[in-house]
Amino acid sequence: MVHKAGVPDWNRIRSDFPILDQTVHGHPLVYFDNAATTQKPRAVIEALRHYYDNDNANVHRGLHELSARATDAYEKSRQRVAEYIGAASADEIVFTRGTTESINLVARAWGGKFLRAGDFILLTEMEHHSNLVPWQLIAERVGARLRFIPVNDDGTLALEELSSLLTPEVKLFACTHVSNSLGTINPVAELCARARAVGAVTLIDCAQSAGHMPVSVQEVGCDFAAFSGHKMGAPTGIGALYGRAEILNATPPWHGGGEMIVNVSLEKSTFKKAPHRFEAGTPNIAGAIGLAAAIDYIEAIGRAAIFEHDANLTTYALERLVEMPGIRLLGPSGKRGAIVSFVMDSAHPHDLTTFADQHGLALRGGHHCNQPLMRRFGVPGTTRASFYFYNTTAEIDRMVEILHDANRFFG
Amino acid sequence: MSSELEDLYQEVILDHSRRPRNFGELPDAAVRVHGDNPSCGDEIHIAVKFGTDDELADLKFTGHGCAISQASASLLTMKVKGKSRPETMSILHAFRGLVTNETDEAPSLLGDLRLFRGVRKFPQRVKCALLACRAIEQALQQPGGESSISTEGEA
Repeated sequence: MVHKAGVPDWNRIRSDFPILDQTVHGHPLVYFDNAATTQKPRAVIEALRHYYDNDNANVHRGLHELSARATDAYEKSRQRVAEYIGAASADEIVFTRGTTESINLVARAWGGKFLRAGDFILLTEMEHHSNLVPWQLIAERVGARLRFIPVNDDGTLALEELSSLLTPEVKLFACTHVSNSLGTINPVAELCARARAVGAVTLIDCAQSAGHMPVSVQEVGCDFAAFSGHKMGAPTGIGALYGRAEILNATPPWHGGGEMIVNVSLEKSTFKKAPHRFEAGTPNIAGAIGLAAAIDYIEAIGRAAIFEHDANLTTYALERLVEMPGIRLLGPSGKRGAIVSFVMDSAHPHDLTTFADQHGLALRGGHHCNQPLMRRFGVPGTTRASFYFYNTTAEIDRMVEILHDANRFFG
Repeated sequence: MSSELEDLYQEVILDHSRRPRNFGELPDAAVRVHGDNPSCGDEIHIAVKFGTDDELADLKFTGHGCAISQASASLLTMKVKGKSRPETMSILHAFRGLVTNETDEAPSLLGDLRLFRGVRKFPQRVKCALLACRAIEQALQQPGGESSISTEGEA
């Protein structure tokens, strides 16, 4: 049981992650790179093992017992994902390799059909490259143009600019739910409502939110949503695209191959309905099963409890870091995701992360796939600490101690 | 403190990163190379002036980046200043070997640059150490004017 008297037993939960119990360069590992990827609980690792030990076969085609089991587990995982993100139906869930592939699918397949020369794509200045570059590529192909909601100095979106940016020429609005380098939580329901009012199709990048807080695509009111399994305890190489049924079925295929067709002649083919139309070839069956196991694990703890735990860690980290000499903290001071980004006068982010790593502390240093945002804040990069529910305040104390040592070493 | 860290950040390297030598503009430079390490955001702009015997009469650099990239630019420009083109190429070649190879050789012609041997234990930092080296190599290959290099090999 993960709960003790109605409250999650966080120590017990931490012990579900075998990888955390190790030393790195002679020091106990402190893993604060969760915005890049999270560690996997034993339940997920066991689900993969169970699948390969017992049920492995290809899906949707074999008329034998193992194929039936694999297909059943794969489609049940789709149902589990649909429930988890509040979709109306499992048919609205496409399995992909992750957030990046999900967004590329929408840009290439939906954008390729529905975007025209002169249309605008509205993004924000804080998008991860994965929610920027696919739009640059399709814009160049069809002659559409990009427009951006600016970011304020405190790391929030300049919403007062929205009225002038959201003109009827905007056909697509895409925005991150939680900024991967600032931790900003964007008001995505309000943004989607405003975008819908001018007739724009909406996409929300949920890479940093799906495993960290309750997210319901129907409450957000978006047409598309994308997320990655590996940022929420599932394996790498599996993720999902949510697409509202009507819009997903209007979207043409993008990859051709087996599994996505109805009839094939030498000249032409007809295609299945969504979501199978978008899943050409043998899918990542084990990954999908691992994702469902991660969802079960997260739901047993409760996403509201995870959000509160992460928020307490983040608040504590900000309180401790602000005391440090020569530190500049980026991002909003209020409610934010489990991400803390900073710059220290004494050391470049890469020197700092090398120093931290030699003390067993895994941080990320660099531009975090946010080059335009780094330029916006006039920094070449930042050092980022990002937390998950298995992290502790004692680990934050350890980080602060190491950063003080780094200040002395480099200063 | 781990010995790897102390090998990487030798006192001389930290000193050059805090107070880089040859840092500044060179208005009458013959060749300028902009070196970019996009994965880190490090930038180094090298300017070279050649003398009457075609030696590297003066070098200056500007830019920003981590301690390793700044210190290597500082120490490399000091080392090759006044050297002929062939001498400079030998030094750069030896420096590249020092930070990338697993051999323990550290040719004496490198002098203080031998301090960068600790970088080889940190494969992800080799690019930082080589940014200025690559920029100077490029400067020797171009007849004049400006150019850019990137550690990521853009298409």
